[in-house]
Amino acid sequence: MNYKGKAHKVGDHIDTDAIIPARLLVTTDAAKLGENCLSGLEPGWVRRVRKGDILVAGRNFGCGSSREHAPIAILGAGIPVVVAHSFARIFYRNAFNMGLLLMEAGDDAEKIQDGDTLEIIPAEGRIRDATRSLDIVCPPLPESMSAIIAAGGLVGHVKRRLGKS
Amino acid sequence: MPKTLTQKIIQAHSDEAVERDGQIAQCRLSLVLANDITAPLAIKSFRAMKADKVFDRDKVVFVMDHFTPQKDIDSANQVLICRAFAKEQNITHYYEGGNCGVEHTLLPEQGLVGPGDLVIGADSHTCTYGGVGAFATGMGSTDIAAGMALGETWLKIPSAIRVEYTGIMPEWLRAKDLILMLIGEIGVDGALYRALEFGGPVVDALPVEGRLTMANMAIEAGGKAGLFPVDAQTKAYCAEHGRPEPNFTLAADEGAPYERKVIFDVTGMEPLVACPHLPSNVKPVSELADTPIQQVIIGSCTNGRISDMRDAANVLRGRKVDRNVRCIVLPSTPEVWKQCLREGLLEIFMEAGCVVGPCTCGPCLGGHMGILGDGERAVSTTNRNFRGRMGSLDSEVYLASPVVAAASAVVGSVAGPAQL
Repeated sequence: MNYKGKAHKVGDHIDTDAIIPARLLVTTDAAKLGENCLSGLEPGWVRRVRKGDILVAGRNFGCGSSREHAPIAILGAGIPVVVAHSFARIFYRNAFNMGLLLMEAGDDAEKIQDGDTLEIIPAEGRIRDATRSLDIVCPPLPESMSAIIAAGGLVGHVKRRLGKS
Repeated sequence: MPKTLTQKIIQAHSDEAVERDGQIAQCRLSLVLANDITAPLAIKSFRAMKADKVFDRDKVVFVMDHFTPQKDIDSANQVLICRAFAKEQNITHYYEGGNCGVEHTLLPEQGLVGPGDLVIGADSHTCTYGGVGAFATGMGSTDIAAGMALGETWLKIPSAIRVEYTGIMPEWLRAKDLILMLIGEIGVDGALYRALEFGGPVVDALPVEGRLTMANMAIEAGGKAGLFPVDAQTKAYCAEHGRPEPNFTLAADEGAPYERKVIFDVTGMEPLVACPHLPSNVKPVSELADTPIQQVIIGSCTNGRISDMRDAANVLRGRKVDRNVRCIVLPSTPEVWKQCLREGLLEIFMEAGCVVGPCTCGPCLGGHMGILGDGERAVSTTNRNFRGRMGSLDSEVYLASPVVAAASAVVGSVAGPAQL
């Protein structure tokens, strides 16, 4: 499945408290968490997002806590893909487990500007910046991640191992 | 072939031959942990996986520490979900209320984690247990649900960075300063996807409580784990904490394949402070004079152990907290709290004008029990100073050791004990 949406840029080292402040972690509901997506960066940040838009970040996106509420809040805000220079380790695992697609673009992430129209072609690891007529190709996913995605996320993967699906 | 400590511990828990960094290995788990924020999501995923039973009721630990005592209706309801699940699964180690403490102080103290273990926890500071020679790392709730169901997880073998400390420890330098020194040097993503392995004569002499402080903050450099060897210090700690004393020592091999080495000489160094809004923004305390503060927090999974309480009390004894500062002391487990009581430390804190509170994570993550208002500034012994971490988006957190936090409370601005 491919994606198309408008890019919303944020900076380096965006931490999980910026993505969803800890005091709001009193629910597991995606819609409620989504309403506060990135409110630790800027109150009301999420109001600029339309369903299907794409988040573009710098280095070490998602650093800090292990809260799975962070990828859930991004998904709950209607954002299906995050492009970044690099991702923090725990966030990386959590995102795939939750079905949020991550594209690790390295230095090329900087070429994308706020408001650009992006097309994401996961099978090719390709980000097409339609505004700038620019193609960025990301390294292929590790096999373990591909296996989890093929099973529809970690829940499906474990269900299969337990012989419940 | 010589191996890192990381490779050795993972190998002991996997049937696959651990041959190279970057390899994926399926591993058996010694223990799986979740708390009042992350367990409800893990339970949701556990149900969705159609799992019926946890893999071992003695090896799944729930600690309701983050918003304890329950801060509002929603957080109380989250605990109800965890309590019901713990009852249903007959989980042995369920902590809520009077037996509850901050998880990463509590588990080593109760002997639930120990040398050579492989532990995953739905909390990023699970890496703390590297202090007792366990390979321990934080994961999200659904990974934890998988661990609860299967007793296994997959790990990518991280490459390792060797960090050595040499020289003579100055009077006021603490474990917190040693780890801030490293994060300041390599940055908040300096150990991304990697393990940190600590050593050198300063570390050899460092008791386990200090090692737990250092391992705790491995994640603040992006690290997957922060590991200490299993040595005489570890054995002494195990003996004191009801953990069978290990009959083995465990360390990296001579010539182990480290990606890089970082060496510090601590001789003559002064205490450090991590300034807003990143743990890597580290400065010597003397450079921060004339930075007025309104709050001090002494506690947390980083610095809420008995040695930290003694450190703070030694500075506060016979002194008064500045009138413009609220100094909040939170011994991090019931055992630490009781020991403070026995040693007369609580009286020292109260005479100095501190607020002594319950065993909770509360203020560290801006939960409750010490929240910052607009423009307020805190010195805290916790581990994160991201913008808005302790309250208002316009507040600031300075991270430091308990001796610096206590001295700052007395002075009313950021200060080290040498400045008293």
